[in-house]
Amino acid sequence: MFDTAETTAEKFTQMFAAILLFAAVVGIILFIAGRFGGRRGDKIVAYSYLAPTLIMLLVGLVYPGMRTIYQSFFDAAGSAFIGLDNYKTIFTDTDQLTVLRNTVFWVVVTPFVATAVGLLYAILVDKAKMESFAKALIFLPMAISFVGASIIWKFVYEFRPDQGNVKQIGLLNQVLVWLGGSPQQWLVDSPLNTFLLIVVMIWIQAGFAMTVLSAAIKAIPDDIIEAARLDGVTPWGMFRFVTLPAIRPAVVVVLTTIGIGTLKVFDIVRTMTGGQFNTSVIANEFYSQSFRSDNQGLGSALAVLLFVLVIPIVAYNIRQIRSSEAL
Amino acid sequence: MTTVTPVTTTPALVADQPSAAAVAKKKLTSPWASLAAIVIAVLWTLPTFGLLVSSFRPERAIKTTGWWTFFTDPTVTLDNYKTVLDSENGAGLGSFFVNSLVITIPSVIIPMSLACLAAYAFAWIKFPGRNVLFLAIFALQIVPLQVTLIPLLTLYVDAGLANTFWTIWISHSIFGLPLAIYLLHNFMREIPATLLEAARVDGAGHVSIFFRVLLPLLRPALAAFGIFQFLWVWNDLLVALTFAGGGGAVAPITVALANLSGTRGTAWHLLSAGAFVSILVPVTIFLLLQRYFVRGLLAGSVKG
Repeated sequence: MFDTAETTAEKFTQMFAAILLFAAVVGIILFIAGRFGGRRGDKIVAYSYLAPTLIMLLVGLVYPGMRTIYQSFFDAAGSAFIGLDNYKTIFTDTDQLTVLRNTVFWVVVTPFVATAVGLLYAILVDKAKMESFAKALIFLPMAISFVGASIIWKFVYEFRPDQGNVKQIGLLNQVLVWLGGSPQQWLVDSPLNTFLLIVVMIWIQAGFAMTVLSAAIKAIPDDIIEAARLDGVTPWGMFRFVTLPAIRPAVVVVLTTIGIGTLKVFDIVRTMTGGQFNTSVIANEFYSQSFRSDNQGLGSALAVLLFVLVIPIVAYNIRQIRSSEAL
Repeated sequence: MTTVTPVTTTPALVADQPSAAAVAKKKLTSPWASLAAIVIAVLWTLPTFGLLVSSFRPERAIKTTGWWTFFTDPTVTLDNYKTVLDSENGAGLGSFFVNSLVITIPSVIIPMSLACLAAYAFAWIKFPGRNVLFLAIFALQIVPLQVTLIPLLTLYVDAGLANTFWTIWISHSIFGLPLAIYLLHNFMREIPATLLEAARVDGAGHVSIFFRVLLPLLRPALAAFGIFQFLWVWNDLLVALTFAGGGGAVAPITVALANLSGTRGTAWHLLSAGAFVSILVPVTIFLLLQRYFVRGLLAGSVKG
């Protein structure tokens, strides 16, 4: 039951066995909880309901998190204590500095462009004919995996050498040729290649921004808009002084959520360039160092850095939500 | 905004104008605005469309001409799909597809049920340490997976679970729990307490309250989390790559595709068909449950 399943039948058998085993655990918990009633029993019921969750989170998140922080002060093999050397490497080594630079590009560009596109589109199609169809086109990429999206865009950027009868099969190069230019190896030239990878993330995240912001726009009370209209406010003024202030909290949440997601994404870089040609980011470098270069110390330090970078964004997000609730 | 008064005093005017927002909208919908919307829509659709068209073209045609020539010289074939699914002399994506299914189903069911229990305790039972524990679980949402992977892998190897589905099931369940508890708790809090009190007066215990009163009301929240978790697990690469290994017998389709893209980066007849095999399931689910997905998105990320 705990072996590696080989055939399709074995795989599904193992799957049902796992679900049954798990259902039995839940059943036992419910049975125990059912035996206790009244106020005093409440405590036992609560703790038995929470027990599996707490055990899993402690073993699967809290302990590994602590362990990784500890490990980040050790060398590649995890045996010798080296203090802050791994962190020093991240901030001084040339390759690692490129990784940091790229991460900054990703985290600054993706949230703002994705949110801008999402907001613009949400306003443009608001109450338009076929609004839901128009929206579905933009947010469908959200259902596609980063790997799938990367393959879709790699095909757009595909390059064929510019010689003889060779025709371009990538859309971007073909458009360039139609315009009279010569085809480029888009994914090779740094730092342009990083921005072309960022395009993929924007393509995925704009739908999220649009969905949330569109709901925020629709929640603006009609009387405010009507009042502004009677005041003769221009369309731009309407956006600048009515819509934008009203949806500001939603915009902040969208920006920060996309920012956090962007910080952690590694699939796109790995699938499109594998981190070659100076395109690596922290999340990808973490994987390469931990599992390819077997440098657990540096890998752990990169993971910790990722964690540390997420905290201020989340803190800002929570402060924004608090202050908007206070109003 | 200096004057808000005119509106509130004239309901007749509002009735005459069908929708104030729509009127304001009209000023914005110039031809330029429509054009901009169409440009964005085309930019967002064209890349996928190009690969979709390619997946039905013969291998030679894909490699020598652009997909846009399909419209002047249409030849359709299913060979790419046959080759990419075939395990004898193709990429064998069929068995990886099975793996994806086997991975995803328990990885959705397990955290969902456990989160129901936990959220119920947090929402409706008073016990010491409730607020501190809830806050701690809420805070765990921000922990990046990367921080946990190396120690978890060591634990799995020590437990003898390496290279089995168990590692992936357990990992995804753990990673999904904080969001699930948070979403379900928010939803449960909105159910009126009088409803539960009434059941309690009738003599119902915690178990029957949960199953008879709460569960039917929780369906939208469960659907919302279910679709989130489904998309997340089906589309995941990092967790699968770490615990299932590259070519392992338990690797999901994303891992197989990523490898294919790395080793045979120009085999577009395989990559295009493979990409759509992997996209088909999540997109179908997404379109069917769109309503719940949007609701979950709004409840999870935009509060207040």
